[in-house]
Amino acid sequence: MALERTESKARAAFERHGLSDEQLVAMLRTMLMQRTLENRGFQLNRQGKIPFASASEGHEAVQAGAATAFERGKDILVPYYRDLGLELGIGLEPYEVLLSLFARAADHSAGRQFPHHYASRELGLHTISSVIAAQLPHAVGAAYALQYRGERGRAVLTTFGDGATSEGEWHESVNFAAVHRLPIVFLCENNEWAISTPLALQMGQPDVYKRATGYGIPGIVVNGMDPIACYAAVREALERARSGGGPTLVEAKCYRFLSHTTDDDDRTYRSRAEVAERRKDDPVPGFERLLIERAVLSEQDAEALKRSVLEEVNDATDRAEAMAYPASTTLYERVYAESWQPWRE
Amino acid sequence: MASTDIASGRLERRGLSDEQLREIFRNMLLQRQLDNRGFQLNRQGKVPFALGSEGHEALQAGAAMAFNRGQDILAPYYRDLGLCLGIGLSPYEIMLSIFARADDHNGGRQFPNHYSSKHAGLMSFSSILAAHLPHAVGAAYAMKYRGETGRAVLATCGDGTTSEGEWHESMNFASVHKLPFVMLVENNEWAISTPLEKQMAQPEIWRRAEGYGIPGRRFNGFDPIVTYAAVRDAMDRARSGGGPTLVEGTCYRYLAHSTDDNDMTYRTREDVMERRKLDPVPAFEALLLEQSIMSADDVAAMRKDVLRETNEATDAAEARPYPAAADLYAHVYEGAWQPWQS
Amino acid sequence: MAVVSSTSSTVMNNVEAVRATLYEAMKSDDRTLILGEDVGARGNVFLITKDFINEFGPQRVIDTPIAEASIVGIAVGMAMEGLRPIAEIQFADFIYPSYNQIVGEAAKVRYRSNGEYTCPLVIRTPYGGGVRGALSHSVSVEALFYHVPGLKIVAPAFPADVKGLLNAAIDDPDPVMFLEHKKTYRLIKGEVPNGHYTIPLGKANVLKAGTQLTVVSYGLYVHWALEAAVALEQGGLSVEVVDLRSIRPMDKATILESVEKTRKLLIIHEDNKFGGIGAEISAMVAEEALFNLDAPIRRLCGPDVPAMGYALPLEEAFMSSPAEMADAMREMVKF
Repeated sequence: MALERTESKARAAFERHGLSDEQLVAMLRTMLMQRTLENRGFQLNRQGKIPFASASEGHEAVQAGAATAFERGKDILVPYYRDLGLELGIGLEPYEVLLSLFARAADHSAGRQFPHHYASRELGLHTISSVIAAQLPHAVGAAYALQYRGERGRAVLTTFGDGATSEGEWHESVNFAAVHRLPIVFLCENNEWAISTPLALQMGQPDVYKRATGYGIPGIVVNGMDPIACYAAVREALERARSGGGPTLVEAKCYRFLSHTTDDDDRTYRSRAEVAERRKDDPVPGFERLLIERAVLSEQDAEALKRSVLEEVNDATDRAEAMAYPASTTLYERVYAESWQPWRE
Repeated sequence: MASTDIASGRLERRGLSDEQLREIFRNMLLQRQLDNRGFQLNRQGKVPFALGSEGHEALQAGAAMAFNRGQDILAPYYRDLGLCLGIGLSPYEIMLSIFARADDHNGGRQFPNHYSSKHAGLMSFSSILAAHLPHAVGAAYAMKYRGETGRAVLATCGDGTTSEGEWHESMNFASVHKLPFVMLVENNEWAISTPLEKQMAQPEIWRRAEGYGIPGRRFNGFDPIVTYAAVRDAMDRARSGGGPTLVEGTCYRYLAHSTDDNDMTYRTREDVMERRKLDPVPAFEALLLEQSIMSADDVAAMRKDVLRETNEATDAAEARPYPAAADLYAHVYEGAWQPWQS
Repeated sequence: MAVVSSTSSTVMNNVEAVRATLYEAMKSDDRTLILGEDVGARGNVFLITKDFINEFGPQRVIDTPIAEASIVGIAVGMAMEGLRPIAEIQFADFIYPSYNQIVGEAAKVRYRSNGEYTCPLVIRTPYGGGVRGALSHSVSVEALFYHVPGLKIVAPAFPADVKGLLNAAIDDPDPVMFLEHKKTYRLIKGEVPNGHYTIPLGKANVLKAGTQLTVVSYGLYVHWALEAAVALEQGGLSVEVVDLRSIRPMDKATILESVEKTRKLLIIHEDNKFGGIGAEISAMVAEEALFNLDAPIRRLCGPDVPAMGYALPLEEAFMSSPAEMADAMREMVKF
């Protein structure tokens, strides 16, 4: 059932897949915003202002593409921690991202979670766990709820890296979704690295989508550096899910340009030459060039876009930094619905 | 899918001698007799529990022939009586397990049919589905690490177990490291009451192999000879450094899950009777008779001998003592054990 | 089968009480689903959900693949999206693969999302031994979970408590583990009030008043402790028996009130002693009421071995008995 590998590199013939100029520019803006925000996270960490940041450089295209296929107000996103672009693409504000980086009281988790672990019912964005693959059964349960209530036209989009496919919960989730033909899309952002573990030590063959056959569902592979191809693949899968056609396993081949997090040093396990080589496929300048070449926007437009993104990030940084930390009295809040003391009086 | 020799009435020996074919048949008869005895003892109130593997005889007798005693390691599950017999366990050991006697492999600690014998190359396993598979993979890693070519691990499970996360994690790790590991799935279509279509969306487990980048094969598990050939090929590949294989034998579970189960709550007598038409024990008997590998008298004598051996094992095991209550604290750790060190 | 003894109550055993309560929950709220291994056509291995699938359909009575991590994990996702799932782990011994989803996820959903998402989920599982269940059908798991804030844990002993507490668990806005001692399933019968009612989680029950010793227990052993205490009463010993019913939250007030009256405390449970429920109760009483005690606190618990053996002598050596409990009570009273 595996579809042909989509080979539309950014430089190749321009296939819009129905995307308007406005949508294409919005995708580029999401990609620029993602990169700028992540850069900001690393800067703040190096300045000693925040203890930790993680990054998704190299995932901008797949995430901007997938987010464009997501229907706000209908679909549900169950992402993992390297999905900033997806979250921005479905409506998360840069200010919310900075609140998360600074662990402020107004953050979605009230400063409890690591950065980039959001939760918003309004956006249809499930609470995120740092534990790999733990979100996948939740995504399947959410898809079951949609199917059970007969909510046609809605679907769950869940994402994970290549490393997560080795977890038992990944297998159990895909299997259950397949048995019940649930409205769900499993999107693997295959960046070839699980912290320091390369794909060759993660699985016996390098193509995640080939697992689909064994579960009796379609598998699609797509160039994850091409946002339009990613949009098309995820849209096709989401539409199948929304119309009762069951789950799809989509694999987007991308690359992790930075270390796993600010606590990691990727020079200990991969060469600069490898990273430099893969940087040639960097989707952010690649997509910008494509849109300029195809006259979707001018060079001046692109520069203005970058400036506006930077201004927004600067503004969000200042505002979020000025906000208060959560009070220590919030420690015992929201353990249970009612107020909580370890021994009931 | 391999040809079904039994169904066609042809005999494709796959290198098996007359003697080996008779050994396979005797294993099948013994397996059925012992299963039967477990259920009888339970109905007589002599033992609290028994498990049957009727329908798995051909698959297990065939697979056991592909196992090299003294070299390979078996990581079975609890419905593998025939495999355990086939690699060298005696009916007496089976009956000690059914009676939970002190001399049982586990000292009467585990349920029946949960053997462990280092001598036989049989790894200890629990009742927890798929929990043994990471152990099997670890054993295969140890073989590879020590450079023990010519050895392999044969791990088995039912169709239901393929849904467990630990099944997937085991298959994946074995594939990454190209371990000497054979995953033999005994697909009997039922996980207690859960039918295959509620277990997975497509019914052929071997198709999962591609996703791990290893060979997969499916065969008729009612035919002990094609089973032997499929498992032998996979074991040979594993022993010679070719990595893991996923082999799926199709069979059927004729009895309830255990003496505590009543399968008529979830399937009909007619379903089972229909599948009984393909019962591998009489079918293999017919083949051996037709091919003059055994005469009717030979078969009758073998049946009598199997019954005698089962009876003797029953009496001998029943006469043995239970473990002593004082054994409760033995083997918690090495040495004596107290929860607080004094 | 259940026998209607009056218009206001019905005599049931614990299996029937679980079944009747689940049935009413399914009947009254179509957000309620049951998922687990063999809960459909088989109707659960103890026949608790027998015929549910015919009445409520396979969409609501889900025979899952054999995959416990996902049974709980999928239920977490359902709960986050507005359903009221009741996940069943066929035997408590099979719960370990789902530990991540229970401890790492369900217990933390509310906290980590600052209340944006919640996890109103019931996880039912039969636990406990004395049924020739051997290593893998006998375990007590409560101590492996009671350390975890965010979880609630209930272990009722009587059919009426099963109904009231299971209703409360189903109504509860947070994840609740509902532990059913499988030896009590058919052994224990009792009057169960008709109609819908709940018993608050976190409330213990004084089964028998006494003045010389407080015994705290739960599950199967509550019945045996009560039997022993009633027998001792004829010899003039006055033992108060407290059925915890809820392990987390735990009813501090009832325990302290009783101990301050009797001035002696014996805790009895089937689970291992080291780090068990009795350890927490002992520590709490030592912190709060040490100077009210006339004797050292004592715990009568399961032996610290990894599992219950299959052979009869091993099982008997693991399990306590009313006689052994009576001996311990007598010694404590005489201290």
